[in-house]
Amino acid sequence: MAMADQPAGKSFRLSMLLYDTRYRSMTIQIIMLAAFIAGVAWLLDNMYANLAAANKNPDFTFLSAPAGYDINQRLVEYTSQSTNARAWLVGLLNTLLVAFLGCIIATVIGISVGVLRLSKNWIVARLMTVYIEIFRNVPVLLWIAFLNAILSETLPQPKDFKGEDAEATMSLWNTVIISNRGVFIPEPVFLSGSAIMLYVFIASIVAIFAFGRWASKDQETTGRILPTFWIKLAILIVPTLIVYFVMGQPVDWILPAFEGRGAFDANGEPYTKGIFRIDADSGINIRRSLIALCLALSLYTAAFIAEAVRAGIMAINKGQSEAAGALGLRQNRVMSLVVLPQALRVIIPPLISQYLNLTKNSSLAIAVGYMDVTGTLGGITLNQTGRALECILLLMITYLTISLSISMVMNIYNNSVKLKER
Amino acid sequence: MKKSVLLGTIAAVGVMAGVASAGTLDDVKANGVLKCGVSTGLAGFAAPDANGRWEGFDVAVCRAVAAAVLGDGDAVQFVPLTTKVRFTALNSGEIDMLSRVTTWTFSRDVDLGLTFAGVNYYDGQGFMVRKDLGVASATELDGATICITTGTTTELNLADYFRANGMSYEPVPIETNAEAQQQYLAGACDVFTTDASALAATRATFESPDEHMVLPEIISKEPLGPVVREGDEPWGDIVRWTLNALITAEEKGVTMGNVAEMGAAAGPDPEINRLLGTEGGLGAMLGLEANWAANAIAVGGNYGELFEANVGEATPIGLSRGLNALWTQGGLIYTPPFR
Ligand SMILES: N[C@@H](CCC(=O)N[C@@H](CS)C(=O)NCC(=O)O)C(=O)O
Repeated sequence: MAMADQPAGKSFRLSMLLYDTRYRSMTIQIIMLAAFIAGVAWLLDNMYANLAAANKNPDFTFLSAPAGYDINQRLVEYTSQSTNARAWLVGLLNTLLVAFLGCIIATVIGISVGVLRLSKNWIVARLMTVYIEIFRNVPVLLWIAFLNAILSETLPQPKDFKGEDAEATMSLWNTVIISNRGVFIPEPVFLSGSAIMLYVFIASIVAIFAFGRWASKDQETTGRILPTFWIKLAILIVPTLIVYFVMGQPVDWILPAFEGRGAFDANGEPYTKGIFRIDADSGINIRRSLIALCLALSLYTAAFIAEAVRAGIMAINKGQSEAAGALGLRQNRVMSLVVLPQALRVIIPPLISQYLNLTKNSSLAIAVGYMDVTGTLGGITLNQTGRALECILLLMITYLTISLSISMVMNIYNNSVKLKER
Repeated sequence: MKKSVLLGTIAAVGVMAGVASAGTLDDVKANGVLKCGVSTGLAGFAAPDANGRWEGFDVAVCRAVAAAVLGDGDAVQFVPLTTKVRFTALNSGEIDMLSRVTTWTFSRDVDLGLTFAGVNYYDGQGFMVRKDLGVASATELDGATICITTGTTTELNLADYFRANGMSYEPVPIETNAEAQQQYLAGACDVFTTDASALAATRATFESPDEHMVLPEIISKEPLGPVVREGDEPWGDIVRWTLNALITAEEKGVTMGNVAEMGAAAGPDPEINRLLGTEGGLGAMLGLEANWAANAIAVGGNYGELFEANVGEATPIGLSRGLNALWTQGGLIYTPPFR
């Protein structure tokens, strides 16, 4: 090799930086780095100079000024008098909410569809293929707008619930209102004593893990297979339920309701003043915008996840499942005990990028009027303050942070299912 | 990868800011076309007609400026802009002027780097509801679900109004007028609120306008007018005085029909002569031809003619002059003298 050819102890000459393979790559890297830094400096300098020329020096004081606008879905306290920074937080939480729900739903649908697509049942397999192709090949923005339009055009309006012979009625024994403004569900109010329920519930979850370990150890030693799913479900629910009744039912439910004054006044006459509406303080409003966005994002992403799942399963040698079958394992056990655990290693890396995609795609929220962080900080705040550069920078940092966090968590999980070389 | 996106953005912003320099008049002359930002579609103010030709009261201002500068009212490239991007488009030099139902406010004028070249429509924010909602006044709107376009003065006024009146509401933010209209008609919101003129224009396009009404309350002042970038005074003067020329023309009885004749030779009224360039050198002071104003008026007529043709009582939109009558007729439309 070249390195060995060099006579030892020969003095260093400058030309060696270029002609000596020992130094050449180092030289090139240093030059590249210097060029990169110079390029960045030039861009930043250019930006500052031009912004100064346009009388717009970067200035973040707008963050502490009142936002001035209202936001419909608020997970934390917020009024139009709150600051722009607060509006940023409200938007961020809304983004996280839709991303979190979306990722869960997408995973459930994606894995089911991916597995079913390999089903021996021809119709089922074909249907899943159709689903995947339809969703993968239409832009997600269209799906969001489409689902939103369907929900807003087909679900009943509040006024349809009005009067004696209303066109629409409440669902599930009058506990849920499904309207085109959103789905209103009962809201729990935790009274004193409910804390104990929470402790019991947490204890149940711990117990489930303990039981799971015990059950697999038990299976290893005795070969006995317990119906673990049902036992776990019972552990999850039963103790909490018992405490609920023992403590004298310490949880109240506020049922969604229509505001009384909209329907009839004290004399039983139809009240004509004010708007017949669903009482905003009753129940929890799952807004149409959230439903449409969440559903569209998860159905779309699920199609990609399904493909990743299918690829993962197909990557497992057929001999594995045949061997498992020969051992007498039933189909679904072959899948859950032999194939999926191995397939996960193939599935998880693409799954991470699908989670990231879903999160980033959630910035299309404004298409349905969902106030995510792009809608608050990158939309209204940007617009009303004119601080475009600042808002976009903060927005990019926000998404970068969310994405890197998701990657980190998923990579930790990936390492935990990785093939352990012993 | 992420780094390069960031850098790209910074670079883009840098380049964009670089464009926003003086000399718009020269740019427009060199290009031979005026790039004018308008609404994405608002009947009567800015909307393409059946043949794809942009028409409307805001569009007419663009055409008048193009005629004044380039001598051709069709030398306009219309750039439809949402509320969200309109100011960025102007500041970045993507358009030469903005004529898009835009309210003149303190912060836009002072802080956003914009210059308002005047007011072509004095408006105020109103509410539209279905008649069968049974609401007769905005004070009965407590708890209503309200469709608003985001990035507007509308959403700020709305927040203020409901807070001041101790009422709550559910805002449904929407990006364009067309979408807001669709949502409102689908019953996704009880109320649609925006500038009263836009409400009238939107209502006029409904299948059955009679089922809807605009509530009597006007909750804000919305002086709408053309906007240019700050820091290019000569260009701002051209837009401002083109609008003033249209108004003066109405005041002085110069119309689309008689402008050619009146501009051919000096007549008895010295202000008309100065306006139409048969006397004095006002056009040269702006850096334009002597007949710049005559060209502007010839496109669609004077202010009053444009009003009547686009949004006036004879149109489906049916707005009366009201505040937008000439000052001589009890309105607010007034211009400094041409001398
Ligand atoms: N005058 C207000 C509002 C202007 C505005 O954008 N109004 C909407 C009414 S919905 C509009 O005309 N939109 C037309 C479009 O969607 O392009 C402002 O300047 O902020």
